[in-house]
Amino acid sequence: MCVGPGWATMTLAGAGVAVQADGEKEEFSVSSISRRHFLAGSMAAACALAVNRGAEAAAAGRDGEQLATLLDIRKCVGCEACVMACQETNGHKYPRPEKPYPKMYPSRVKVSDWSDRQDVTDRLTPYNWLFIQHATVTIDGEETELNIPRRCMHCVNPPCVKLCPWGAARQEPNGLSRFDPNICLGGNKCGAVCPWSVPQRQTGVGLYLDLLPSLAGNGVMYKCDRCYDRLAQGELPACIEACPEGVQTIGLRSEIIAEARRIADEIGGYIYGAEENGGTNTIYVSPVPFDQINQGSEYGPGRPHMAPVADQMKQGNRLAAAMIVAPLAGVGAAISRMMRAAQAPEADEAASDPNPDQGRRS
Amino acid sequence: MARTAATLGSSSAFRRLYALTLVALAISGFAQMPIFKRYYIADIPGLGWLAQYYLTHLIHYLGAALLLGLVAYAVTGWLSGQRRPRLTGSGAVRAVLLGGLVVTGVLRVIKNFSGVYMPADWIVFLNMLHLALVMAYIVAAIWAAVGKKRWTTQP
Repeated sequence: MCVGPGWATMTLAGAGVAVQADGEKEEFSVSSISRRHFLAGSMAAACALAVNRGAEAAAAGRDGEQLATLLDIRKCVGCEACVMACQETNGHKYPRPEKPYPKMYPSRVKVSDWSDRQDVTDRLTPYNWLFIQHATVTIDGEETELNIPRRCMHCVNPPCVKLCPWGAARQEPNGLSRFDPNICLGGNKCGAVCPWSVPQRQTGVGLYLDLLPSLAGNGVMYKCDRCYDRLAQGELPACIEACPEGVQTIGLRSEIIAEARRIADEIGGYIYGAEENGGTNTIYVSPVPFDQINQGSEYGPGRPHMAPVADQMKQGNRLAAAMIVAPLAGVGAAISRMMRAAQAPEADEAASDPNPDQGRRS
Repeated sequence: MARTAATLGSSSAFRRLYALTLVALAISGFAQMPIFKRYYIADIPGLGWLAQYYLTHLIHYLGAALLLGLVAYAVTGWLSGQRRPRLTGSGAVRAVLLGGLVVTGVLRVIKNFSGVYMPADWIVFLNMLHLALVMAYIVAAIWAAVGKKRWTTQP
């Protein structure tokens, strides 16, 4: 039996809000999915895939819409099950650096080595792509500690991907962004342009070792890839699957944002990630304002903030409009110049170039 | 009018603006790679902006818009001339390289819009091609400047 592709796609992607063929919505969280429900959904998804779209299209989400995750931070108890699941699932992608590291020039270029600290789980590192951030806040006059799973925000228009000079960072149509460790040179531009400084570098691994290891590059950048390989196979990201509290759900971005707004309205809460940096695919819902969370948590290297972030790519993309106008202006200026020259040919000849027969150099 | 049209791009003011635009594009383009800070160039007083990726990104876009305007201005003049000057060998090489830079540059700008997906391998190819073309153009421009080679022959 095949059901509508919408329902199947949503279930395949592990959606928090399933939309059936008739448009009826069925809400669920990952922890509450029964085996029967999941298997039935998976079978339906596989069937729909075979008939309709193929795995790649399905992983992209219905109608090519990006997938987003919703994190209800009221539910997180800080057990780190997601952190452990992430490490177990993605451990094979972690760096295996070759030591000793090549001497790098000039001396200001520092080694970024986390290989001896692989057990660090209280911040982002090349060996830890998800950590639990703690924030002390006041709710109804009572001091409370919130636990917030932090990882890559998977921006809708990710600067790390768009500004990577090599193309080592890529975004997939389903909205996840990830780095290709075979191409990345570890220049950390992605880390510099990321509003949350999420990407983390490991020296002694990657392509730069085969090029000019002393003079260019410094390893490979790492961050959450939202389990792209699991998603492609119709499985949930490991952190979502492992969470015993159902903190995270995943689904079409529009549905996830609608659900986030519904929860926020219900609890008088707040949303982070829907508008930040022009929109991200990691949406947090909190019972307290995020500036309070930001003030009550420790942030710095490897520990992202929760402050407002303007769209970093907006100015550049606005300037792109000038690239459409500029050629038209050039043509207009040329025509105007020629018309003026036609009206006063002698004056123009004298003014335009003292020696036109020499042609143009440069 | 035919003569004026054909030589629109040969005025000294145009040449200076064109050269300045290319220099700005080259510097802001190379600044997209993390090299100016590593090699202390951004530490030189007044050059700290070279290590600011978003700023150099905007400068590169502005330079690209100016270049497109200048190219359109010169090409319009060239097409409007009744006796079109012919490109020299050096001019033809530079024109092809410049055309390649414009095409790859425009594709990279399109890629940067939200919701635009390009296969990862294409992006790598595009980036490498853009870099290779600019390196080749720099060599061709130096070769032309040293050899005092013209873009066009006058009819």
